Parts: sequence; structure tokens; C-alpha cells
Amino acid sequence: MEALFATVTGFLAASGLYLALRGRTFPVVVGLTLLSYAVNLFLFSTGGLTTNGAAVIEDGVDYYADPLPQALVLTAIVIGFAMTAFSVILAMRVRGDQGSDQVNDQRAEEPKEERS
Amino acid sequence: MSLPLIVLLPLLGSLIPLLSDNRHRTLNAWSTALLPAIALGIVLYHAPGVIDGQVDRFSMSWIPQLGLDLAFRLDGLSLLFLLLILGIGLLIILYARYYLSPNDSMPRFYAYMMLFMTSMIGIVMADNLLLLWIFWEMTSLSSFLLIGYWYQQSEARRGARMALAVTGMGGLAMLAGFLLIGHIVGTFDMQTVLDSREAIQADPRYLPALLLILLGAFTKSAQFPFHFWLPHAMAAPTPVSAFLHSATMVKAGVFLLARLHPALAGSQLWLYIVTLTGLVTMIYAAYFALLKYDLKGVLAFSTVSHLGLITMLFGLDSQMAVVAGLFHIINHATFKAALFMSAGIVDHETGTRDIRKLSGLRRQLPMTATLAALAAASMAGVPLLNGFLSKEMMLTETLDSSILGGLAWLIPVLATVGSLLSVAYSLRYVRNVFFGPKAEELPKSPHEPPFFMRFPMLVLVALCVIIGLLPALTVTGILEAAARATILPPRPELHLAIWHGFNLPLLMSVIALAGGIALYAVRRNLFAFQRQFPQRDALMTFEYNVRRLFAWTQLTIDRFENGSLQRYMLWLIIAVLFLTGSGLLDIDQLKGSRELQSLDGLLMIGAAITILAGLGTAVLHRRRLVSLMMLSVVGLMVSLAFARFSAPDLALTQLAVEVVTVILLMLALFFLPQRTPKESSGARIVRDMLLAAGFGGVVASLNYALLTRPLSSISGFFLDNSVSGGGGHNVVNVILVDFRGFDTLGEITVLCIAAIGIYKLLNRLRLFMPSSDSEGRPWSNDLHPMLLATVSQSVLPLALLVSVFIFLRGHNEPGGGFIAGLVTAVALILLYIARGVEWAQQRLSFQYQPIAVTGVVIAALTGLGSWAFGHNFLTSAFGHFHIPYIGDIELATAMLFDLGVYLTVVGATLMILANLGKLTTPHRPSKENDKETV
Repeated sequence: MEALFATVTGFLAASGLYLALRGRTFPVVVGLTLLSYAVNLFLFSTGGLTTNGAAVIEDGVDYYADPLPQALVLTAIVIGFAMTAFSVILAMRVRGDQGSDQVNDQRAEEPKEERS
Repeated sequence: MSLPLIVLLPLLGSLIPLLSDNRHRTLNAWSTALLPAIALGIVLYHAPGVIDGQVDRFSMSWIPQLGLDLAFRLDGLSLLFLLLILGIGLLIILYARYYLSPNDSMPRFYAYMMLFMTSMIGIVMADNLLLLWIFWEMTSLSSFLLIGYWYQQSEARRGARMALAVTGMGGLAMLAGFLLIGHIVGTFDMQTVLDSREAIQADPRYLPALLLILLGAFTKSAQFPFHFWLPHAMAAPTPVSAFLHSATMVKAGVFLLARLHPALAGSQLWLYIVTLTGLVTMIYAAYFALLKYDLKGVLAFSTVSHLGLITMLFGLDSQMAVVAGLFHIINHATFKAALFMSAGIVDHETGTRDIRKLSGLRRQLPMTATLAALAAASMAGVPLLNGFLSKEMMLTETLDSSILGGLAWLIPVLATVGSLLSVAYSLRYVRNVFFGPKAEELPKSPHEPPFFMRFPMLVLVALCVIIGLLPALTVTGILEAAARATILPPRPELHLAIWHGFNLPLLMSVIALAGGIALYAVRRNLFAFQRQFPQRDALMTFEYNVRRLFAWTQLTIDRFENGSLQRYMLWLIIAVLFLTGSGLLDIDQLKGSRELQSLDGLLMIGAAITILAGLGTAVLHRRRLVSLMMLSVVGLMVSLAFARFSAPDLALTQLAVEVVTVILLMLALFFLPQRTPKESSGARIVRDMLLAAGFGGVVASLNYALLTRPLSSISGFFLDNSVSGGGGHNVVNVILVDFRGFDTLGEITVLCIAAIGIYKLLNRLRLFMPSSDSEGRPWSNDLHPMLLATVSQSVLPLALLVSVFIFLRGHNEPGGGFIAGLVTAVALILLYIARGVEWAQQRLSFQYQPIAVTGVVIAALTGLGSWAFGHNFLTSAFGHFHIPYIGDIELATAMLFDLGVYLTVVGATLMILANLGKLTTPHRPSKENDKETV
């Protein structure tokens, strides 16, 4: 199970990073979102993978899921949403002001390759 | 208590000239001179005691954490320098009154001057290394102002910049050296440092510390190869040059050598570096002094040369050499200040400083000529003047040096050559300017200047003569006191006398005098010889190098920061791969000792879907809507994974956020191109895939390694204390609102700021509106499907009820402010989608920005509230209450905090989505429009 979980995290991270390396805004935003899923899963798993653990304190129960990573990830999810929202709106703004959705500075002479 | 006054009075004095204006010039000069004169009085009051051997100290704690004290000392060395700084400073104030033209701002000049004087006094009196450094940098800054006093001249600006760059850089190096010394000794207290000679020199950090401190001293004292700034500092008004280059600025470097002599000197390293640097500087600069055509240029290079001489004396391993160095500091200050003043008078009266144009001025300026001739004779080392005495001592000491082994004879020979050159340029200075035929074509016809302009010169030259004739009566006491502060016992006895009998040093002096006169006679050959070398201007070279450095820096920055996000990401990822990859290489095996858990079919299916959806998002990214759908699958699967692994709170949050995110991205996609054009080259795609694969591999390996290793968590504390300490059974929620409430406060603040940022970004946004989707189909006319509208409207109250429920039970059951807020937001957004923004806004007539801000404020106030009860920030209180008909309920202040979280989440989410949704309204296709187009 651990190997499977790690594999999923790895694939999500790889897919997210590949998208984040693209030259247009929307794939980059999607890639960052995907990357944040991977990061959240990773952070969550630092508390171990608990099956059928109690989420709430009850008398007589002593098998609990680790609450600390959960609390951290919970806020990370919400902040991740704020980040996605900000970056996608920024992308819209850039398209509105510059007329392009390329992520590279149009004045920079270097990325000739991206423009084909 | 009077010691700080010596520093403080001139500092206050820098304000006095600013009270006056340019019209009352004499008044301005006298009022400026008042406070330093009082300071000089205080110094003289202390002088007899110091000469008798006492050391006055004053200390006040300033920044004890840094080891920085406001500590001053008055020992022999300080006394010697204080007399020079204050004495010559007062003469300069008088001289400048007559030198400056009515167009020059006198208040500004005197204010800079006093500031500089203060920092110099601070250096020589500082009893703490860091304090010394502060004053040291103050001299760099105030000399920058002084050299650039005529800021309308480009020459002055550039000379000032160069002086600041060189001496400022040296000052920073010196600070590093001081810090090392401080670490070795354990304190920055001067006395302790001076007493720790053995400890310092035995420490391996002695070498870097010494080199750094010497760098500071040599740049300040214009020692080769840092001498080049000094001649260009001559762009300053002549009184400034007379002050900076005789008694102060450049003497700060040799002062430092003397001050730290007890602690740092005596090693072979010191002996070689200091002696040889001084010797090379002395000869090199003396040669160039002979070649200069500008009067001040001659004096500038001769200053560098004499500083080299003093430096060499401080380097030599004989105690008498140090005394000779101290003696020469006095002598050089007197004759050099007088010579600079004479150059100023010549410049003032004739309008030129070019030695080729000047001639025969003794007819018009007899008094100035006499004084200048005497001062120059002292510089040349003519007997009966003070310069002769210290030069004889210097020559004597070079004979006894143990440096260079079998080649030790080189030192006295080179010293004699230096003296010889000194005679030649002194002779040239006097003879070319004041003797010979009467000069033609001078810009102005010269007259003897006012008496008070010559008076400072008179005083200085009188000192040259008196010291030269009666050394034992005048300077022995103060020299002995200064030597006590500079060299360790046993100290040699000082016998200053004009006549020591016929001996080798006397012969060397005679050779220098005769050779100098001979060299002067054949100087034309020397000039012809020098002309075959290309002329190099240090200022041009310096600025060329500075420009090259800037260009190189810019090029390097551009290479990294070229405006390409892809490039930045690449560097970031490479760094991450390198750092984490190398960490992974270090662990023995990936799998840890923990037992693996078993797999089941459901898990495998879930994992497969997640992986496929993730890959699909990436592979299909050019079809953006499809990619987005894939992304939402991943989000849902992540939510399920949280549920599977016992995290109901996370599952709920993830689910709600997923809905909001997808709606947001779809809205945004409406305004962005529907497809990504194909533009990455094949090589680029392969590169990115390799990077992504490497990154994924590292992440997966790390995750696996982490999961299979024994877990030690601090969560036990939270589990144990959640009920008793936080009053809640849902530990996750208690952590969020109580244990780690401060983090949460920060997070909702960030959320609120992001939402406000988005709100501003959407302001006056110009949009590209597609009239159809990417397939060319026009948008649907069915704006608000009946079914959706009906369902959403009936769901809304229910959803709101659910969110209240989730909120209230959040402390004890899965739920809480975050989740409740998201549920509320989703329900409202659904209404917006189903009914349109206008419809919803008519019915929900409130602004979302205040809601989000209110949320943050409530949360913060809840935290502050605990202060009112004498608890720490965000301490929660809770209790059980019995409410009729509802029963026992547990209420905690944390719930109030959670309410803040709830409001922030609702406000921020809707601020983002409702405002974005509003943008679509004017662009929406409508049935009416359609009819028109048909």
C-alpha cells in the first residue's frame, strides 16, 4: 500500500511539474494545482496511512489517525485554492493587458524556441 | 567625564555653521572655531597627566548585545593625534575663511569640515574596535562630501566617488578583520585586545584578520597599490586637501597601524607586508611626485610617499623605528599642511597650479615664498628643520633591520633613494614656482594674500623650525607618551638631537641631498625618459573598470533573470533535484523497517484512476477543457483518498474546494484561449519529460522512504490534551482553532489578502471574448436551465442549514469553520450559476469584501480577547452551558474564532467567484442578440 501511495504521489508530481514547465498560462495554473494535490497527499502521508482510525476522540478508543498533518493539510488546501485563484486571475489580467497568454516576458530575446 | 566632550563638541560644532549664512563670513569662521577650540582646551588640560603616563578612559554601554560600547580613551597616541587634528583643524578653519570665494557656500563647507573632524577625533579616541570602525566609516563618508564639495565639477564628483569606493571597501574589510579579532579575544574592548598579543598571534585566524585590517589601513593611507585615489582627491578645495592629507584622513591608516601595533605587530608576516608595502610606496610615489605638473599633484604624490615612509617604519622590527614613525607623523603634518596652504595661496593669487606656467613668484609673494621654501626644506630633510630629524632616525633604523636576510642592505639603499627623490621634488616645487624669471601670462596678477591667510602657514613653519632646533624641549614628552601606547616594554630611551656625530646615516643624508640636487639639475632627461611610456590616468582606469564590472554584473543577471518563467522553473527544479537527490543517495536503502500494509482491490483501482487522470491532465493539456475535467477527477480521487485514510475533515474540505476550483477555472477558461497552440520543440518536450520524471521519481522515493520508516509524532500531545485543554473532541479542529490558532489566523489573513488582490486585478480588466467555443459552436442560448434553477433554489436553504450544522458540531465532530464556509460558498455559487449574477445580486445585496475582512477581524479580536483575561494571545476558554429545550452544549471561545474563519472563507471565495462571474454578464449571448443577428 505504501508503494502504491508513493507511486500516485510521484505521478501527480511529475504530471504537475511537466505542465508547470509549459509556455502558456492556463496549463501552468493547472500544473500548479496538480502539484499542490501531490504536495498535500505527501504532507498528509507524513502522519502515516491509517485505515479505520478514529477521527474524533471517544472513550475506549485508542487507534487514531494522526491529526497534526490533517490540520496542516486542511489549511494548505484552502490556501492552495487562493493561490490557484490568484494565478489564474493574474493570467487573465496578463492576457487582457498584453494580449498574450505566454508566461515568458515577451521582451526577453531568449526563448525563441517557445515561439516556434 | 570630559572625554566624550572632546568628540561631542566638534559634532555639535557641525551644526553651528548651518545657523549662519554666506554673508557673515568672518563671524561664521570664528563661531565654527569656537567649539573645537574648547575641545582643544580640554585636551591640553589633560595633556600633562597623559604625558606623565596616565591613561584616561571613559566607557558607557551602547549596544551590549553587539559588544559595542561608547568608550573613549586618551593616551599618548590619542593625545599626539588630537593635537594635530584640532590644532591644524583650527588653522584650516581660519585659512578657509580667506580661501573660499563668495560663491562657495561657507556654512556647508564648515559643517562638512566639522563632521570630518569629529569622525577623526572619534577614531583616535575610540576605546572599542567597533566604535573605531564606525568613526572610520564616518571619515570615509564625510571626506566624500568634502572632496565632492564643488559638486558642479565632474572631476570633483568622480574623485569623491573613487575615494569613497576605495576607502569604504577598505573599511568593510577592516570590519571583518575586527570581527575576527573580537572572536579571538572575546571582546571588542581596546585595552583587552591590546593586552592579548600572544593569544591573537597564536590563533590561526590571525592571518586573515591581519590581512583584512591592513587592507583597511592601506586603502586609507593610500599605500601602493591603493594609492591611486589620493591624487584625484585633490579636486577638493585646497583647505580640505591640507587637512585631509596632512593631519587626518590618510593619517588614519597609519594611526591604525600604531594603535594596533602592540597586538598585531612583531610577527614575520607583519614585518614583511608592512615594511615592503611602505618601502615600495615611498619610492614609487616619490618618483611620480617629481614628474607631476600640478602643484597639488606634486604634493599628493609626496604625501603618498611620506605615508609609505611612516608605514615602513611601523613595519620594521625595531622599537626606535616606531618612535621615528610617530615623530614623522608630527613633522609631516606640519610641513605638508603648510605646503598645501602655499599651493592654495599660489592658486588663489595666480589662478593656476600648473608648474610650467608658474615662475618667479617670490617677487610678488615674498612672505609666502619664504614660508613655502622653509616647509619644503623640511620635507627634503634639510638640517635644522624637523623633517631632518625624523629622516635621520629613519635612515638609522633601516640600517638595523633584520628583514630580507642577506639582502638587508637593500632597505637602507632604497630608503636613501626615496630621500633623494624627496629632495628633488621639494627643490622643484620651490625653485620652479618662486624663483626664476617673472612668469608671463598668468590668469591673475598675484598679490600677497591677507595676513590671516598666511598666518596658519606661519604657525606651522614656526613649528617646523622650533621642533627642528629644539627637539628635546618640544616633542620628547609627547613622543614618549605616544610610544608608551604603541610599543611594548622595554622601551628605548629617546635622545632627540640635531647632531649625532659623523656616522653612516649622516652620510646617507648628504648623499640624498647632493643626489637630489643633481637629479633636479638633470630632470629634463628624466621627463624625456618618462614620455616614452604611455600616460595612464588612474581615474579613467578606475571608471573603466567600474563600468566593466557593472556591465559584467548586468550580463550575469540577465543570463539568469531573462524574463523566462520556464527558465526560472528549470533552475529551481534542477536545484531541488540536486539537493534532494543527493540526500537520497546518502541513505542506505529506500525501504525502512516499518511493516508494510496490505493492498486491496479498491485501492488499486483508485490509484489507477488517479494516475491515469493525472497523466491525462498533462498529456491532453492542449485541449484545455478536457485537461480541466481530468484535473477534477484527480481532485475527487484525492478527496476519496483522504476519506479512505481516516481523514473526514480533509475529505470534506477537498471536495468543497474541488468544486469551487473547477468552477473558477472554467470561468477563467472562458476568457482564455480554449486550446494551447503546439509550440514546444521536440527536444524541449523530451527535456521537460525527463525533468518531470526525475522529479516524480524523487518525490515518490522520498514518500516511500518516509512511509516505511518508524513514525515519531508529536500528535500524542494533541490527542491527550484536546478534550481537557481545548474542550473539543475533533482534534483536527481543535488544532486549527486552538493549538495552532495563530497559524490559522495567518492563513485566513492570506486568504483575505489574495481575494482582495484578485478583486483589484479584476478591476477594469479588458477581456477577449470568444463568440463561440473552440469547436466553432456558438454558446448555448439556454442561459439558466429550468431544472438547475429550481434545484439550486430549493437546495440553498438546505445547504445553508447543513453548513450551520457542520459549523456548530465542528469542535466535536468532523466539520468546522473552513468546511462550513466552503459549503455555504458552494451553495451560493450554485445559485449564481443557475440564476445569473444580476438575479442573485438583486437578492443578495451585500458586499463580500467586508465579510472577509470582518472574519479576519473577529478571529484576531478573539485572540486579543484572551489578553483581557490575562492569558496569552489566542488562549481559548470553554465551558458547558445548559440551554433550555436544546440541552447541554459546550461553548468555547474557539467557536468565535471559528466564526471568523467561516466568514473569511465565505467572503473570500465569493469575492473571487462572484466578481469574476460578473465579468461575463455584459458579454453573454442572449436570445435578443441572437434574434438581431438572425
